[in-house]
Amino acid sequence: MKKYLGPLSKDNPVLVQTLGVCSALAVTAQMKPAVVMALSVTVVCACSNLIISLMRNTIPPRVRIIVQLLVVSFFVILVDQVLQALLYDVSKMLSVFVGLIITNCIIMGRLEAFALSHKPLPSLVDGVMNGLGYGLVLVVVAFFRELLGSGTLWNHPVVPASWYAAGYMNNGLMILPPMALILVGVLIWAKGETRSS
Amino acid sequence: MFKIMSDIFNIFVRSVFIDNMVFAYFLGMCSYLAVSKEVKTAFGLGLAVSFVLAITVPVNYLLDKYLLRAGALAWLGERFATIDLSFLSLILFIAVIAGIVQLLEMVLERYLPALYMALGIFLPLIAVNCAILGGSLFMQERNFPTVIHSFSYAIGSGLGWLLAIVAFAAIRERLKYSNIPEPLRGNGIAYIITGLLGIGFMAFLGI
Repeated sequence: MKKYLGPLSKDNPVLVQTLGVCSALAVTAQMKPAVVMALSVTVVCACSNLIISLMRNTIPPRVRIIVQLLVVSFFVILVDQVLQALLYDVSKMLSVFVGLIITNCIIMGRLEAFALSHKPLPSLVDGVMNGLGYGLVLVVVAFFRELLGSGTLWNHPVVPASWYAAGYMNNGLMILPPMALILVGVLIWAKGETRSS
Repeated sequence: MFKIMSDIFNIFVRSVFIDNMVFAYFLGMCSYLAVSKEVKTAFGLGLAVSFVLAITVPVNYLLDKYLLRAGALAWLGERFATIDLSFLSLILFIAVIAGIVQLLEMVLERYLPALYMALGIFLPLIAVNCAILGGSLFMQERNFPTVIHSFSYAIGSGLGWLLAIVAFAAIRERLKYSNIPEPLRGNGIAYIITGLLGIGFMAFLGI
């Protein structure tokens, strides 16, 4: 059990293993796209882990990367089409980053490190846990960026109007891309602090 | 003619500085963080990324324009004009990239062994670098009018990436001698420095 909970904190793919950072940062200016992105990655990671694990004894090792890429891109196309059909506005906001799930190193990393050598069920659980560990970081970063940057959460205003009247201002810097990097840096710092104490 | 030249130049400058792949879109962050411990290796990876981008983006552009886009098959005749294959673009782009990287590896090994040695293990790793696929996907989104525009975009993005990783590696070499709080060492400070560099690059927004 402990092995599977690792990705949520001790072996967090983003904070500890620095995998899948690319998309983790670009979609975190608001909560909604971040949550959708987190769920998409979880689905793709779990499904492709399951499929690769089912095929693990038949894939020739020399061509395994190509096979993995094809399986992953199959699921990414599915997710992309579903998003375009059901959540068109969010899918416009995520733009190319849904497609970039294919090259998300978390997924390739899990396929290589886990699915190729484990049974289907554990692989499925491992995929879900890693997706969630990645999603956790996304949601935390998006929470602070949206709250401090635009004073809203999930598009609902949470900073009372009386604060603005009293001179409170949204921090516009939070919306800009570089702040995502700095926030993740601070998260890593906080995590290192708890580990060393 | 002059208009087209200046367009192309604009795209180039824009993709190096303003829409820098690392600082504005965070593409290729994984390898950016992993391979930036030394300036020399960082330069090698940067070159490999620019090289592969410059080849794959125009190829994918042609593929998109004459095969995938809505109405792209019109050159085959009336009946094909309404077909929209754009949902296939992800899988085709990644296949083209993986194929070209493999091909490049063989060609370079045979004809340019010096460059092949310099790029080393970075070349095969590039197939799964998000900067490469990202380059193709952004090219698709921006609807460039000709293949030369897309080529200029590819070269600009590649050079922007090279610039970012070399600058970062140079800072990181100095960082070894500075006194950083223990839990922040390694990746923590790397993210924060990238963020600060990104803020610096935002000054180019004015151009």
